Amino acid sequence: MNWLNWLSDFFSDPDHRSGPDSILHRVSEHLTLSGEALLYAALLAVPLGLLIGYTGRGVNVVTALAGAARALPTLGLVTLAVLLAGVGDTAVLFPLVALAAPPLLVAAVEGVRGTDPDVRDAARGIGLTHSQVLLQVCLPSAAPTLLAGFRTATVQVIATATVAAYVGLGGLGRYVIDGLATRQYAVTVGGALLVVLLAVGAQLFFALLARFALPPGVRAQRRAR
Amino acid sequence: MSTMNRSRRAVLLGTLAALALGATACGSSASSSNPLGGGSSAAASGAGSTAGGGSGGTVVVGSANFPENVLLGSIYSQALKAKGVNVEEKFNIGSREVIYGQLQSGNLTVLPEYNGSLLAYLDAKNTAVTTQDVNAALAKALPSSLAVLDSSPAEDKDSLSVAQETADKYNLKSISDLAAKAGEFTIGGPPEFKSRREQQFKDVYGLTFKEWKPTADTTANALKDGSIQVGNVFTTDPKIVQYKLVALSDPKNVFGAQNITPLVNKAGLDATATAALNAVSAKLDTAGLTGLMKRVSVDKEDPSTVARDWLKANGLA
Amino acid sequence: MDDEPIVRWYWIGDHLGYLGNLLADHAVIALVPVLIGLLLAVPLGLACARFPRLYQPLSAVFNIVYALPSLAVFVVLIPYTGLATQATVMFPLTFYALAVLLPTTVDGLRAVPDSVRQAATAMGYGPWHRLTAVELPAAVPYLIAGLRVAAVSSISLASVGALVGRGGLGYLFVDGFQRTFPTPIVAGITLIAVLALAVDLLLVAARRLLAPWAVREQGAGS
Repeated sequence: MNWLNWLSDFFSDPDHRSGPDSILHRVSEHLTLSGEALLYAALLAVPLGLLIGYTGRGVNVVTALAGAARALPTLGLVTLAVLLAGVGDTAVLFPLVALAAPPLLVAAVEGVRGTDPDVRDAARGIGLTHSQVLLQVCLPSAAPTLLAGFRTATVQVIATATVAAYVGLGGLGRYVIDGLATRQYAVTVGGALLVVLLAVGAQLFFALLARFALPPGVRAQRRAR
Repeated sequence: MSTMNRSRRAVLLGTLAALALGATACGSSASSSNPLGGGSSAAASGAGSTAGGGSGGTVVVGSANFPENVLLGSIYSQALKAKGVNVEEKFNIGSREVIYGQLQSGNLTVLPEYNGSLLAYLDAKNTAVTTQDVNAALAKALPSSLAVLDSSPAEDKDSLSVAQETADKYNLKSISDLAAKAGEFTIGGPPEFKSRREQQFKDVYGLTFKEWKPTADTTANALKDGSIQVGNVFTTDPKIVQYKLVALSDPKNVFGAQNITPLVNKAGLDATATAALNAVSAKLDTAGLTGLMKRVSVDKEDPSTVARDWLKANGLA
Repeated sequence: MDDEPIVRWYWIGDHLGYLGNLLADHAVIALVPVLIGLLLAVPLGLACARFPRLYQPLSAVFNIVYALPSLAVFVVLIPYTGLATQATVMFPLTFYALAVLLPTTVDGLRAVPDSVRQAATAMGYGPWHRLTAVELPAAVPYLIAGLRVAAVSSISLASVGALVGRGGLGYLFVDGFQRTFPTPIVAGITLIAVLALAVDLLLVAARRLLAPWAVREQGAGS
């Protein structure tokens, strides 16, 4: 019952309804930050991963690096980036990109490598160039793996973006950190709940995307498995 | 297709179950009060076993999450150790709101506090400004299990500061001495400084400055380069030492007292420990603390090392 | 940041003992939860392998656990486990580890081919003997793969505990940030990466020892 009371306190607080500390504003800050991080990570990791997966060169190096990158503590990267670059979105984007890029990179590599070699050979055989094979054959067949990678990366980024509040930035972490600092339990719990809802929402989004947005052939393939 | 549907439903069910589980699990074990509020539920927590013992037990020294408070915590803890008291340190753990609750519940025994801010936290409407009045009001506002020990002369509070050359040139020691020159001086501080203090300086000291500049974090630098002549700087800001600034005294108490004062849970402290903390307060002054803060924040020395040196130099360890 | 260098090397030299203590504290806070997670994951995984209906709701729950921001969980636990105690940080880390280990355990147990299972039964293995002698060993490579992910994530996540007063090497991040002093932050990141790498190598070695066939298969495949 207490939890429900706290949550109703949290959601009915007028400060949380409009203005800079409103839920809508904090959610949009959180989504913007997470979205930007994912975008940059994707721009960086996906083309590289596709290329590495296609050529088969450096796969072991990439896997090792991606594993090592997982060990990088976000809190450490955020504080260091703020000291070096000043308080700003860049300082938080850098560690979040570092968090999101490895799973995307691995997914892209594995997705392309998972393409049926016979299909690749056949595509080459009918006269497609390497870039055509990569984009028209390997990319669609890698799509499910890539989507799974995006799903992992998105959940991690949304959960971790809360740390941004420690160095004075916005997003839902504000509720978590400010709730702790001012001993307002309801605010911390409310903020955490919103983060979980966003993460679960993202998971559902990717599940739906995998179901409806994949090329029909790939979907048929997955069902057959 | 049907398996997809089932799995989707399972995910949703799981989601609801998890949320409900979380709600009931915590709802049943929490008392009706806010659990961060240091009530009975906090007293029953794991940390309680190591703390809260009576005399002869372990004294747990805590500190808030900023370097000066960690330094003060380290000074207290080493002063206590020097007198043979068993000490456990829990530094840098959170804001006043958090650690005050932990002191009340007995998980912490001693905290370095600032008497003015503590009073404002406990009783926002209280208008006491002098050290004596603030401490008298604190004695009334604190619950019976807690007490403040002797205040030190050291204060970390707002000040009007000037460059050493300016002070020498116009013979400035207190804010009152600014009267003749204020009309020629530009004053700087945080953006809200003007609206908060302009009228007060006019009423209390009869000062009207030439211009108010919102210099925010660069106030000390602006004093150094001369773009302002008077600035609102914290009294223990190491930049006072670095840039050779002088904090003018405030005889009419525009800025309320902020004496560094041990706040304690009485049950966990015996006479030896109390005497050790009071001996620290007797020796600690603002200039001394500012010097120590320069070593911590600018020279990056460890708070514990700086604390030990200070205690040795003052014959307390 | 004025003229503060990124690393003051002498500080690291002066603080080797201090860094060692933090490293040890960090290893305990981060890795004990992974061990407990493993101890919980095996029976839970067995239950899920036996009763497949259990698995989907359970994995959905742990999906959510994985999405919980660690900081918020630490904050919420303080009243129950105490401020600045190891338990406050270790309790949620156990659940994060379990969230990673449960699916890998189930995958591992499911990976035993039916023919192998039937062969074991035909050779007169009872259910318990079959479990300990056939199914669990077959799951070892999967378990170790899961442990590698769980351990590395846990080592990285534990540092967030510094925001509630107990984060091992994470304290270096808070301290460095408060004093605009990058040296301890760089030292902390490096030590966390080194710890993660060391644990990862240990687990790879453990796989060679416990499941040499998996390594051989891999070697033969490539």
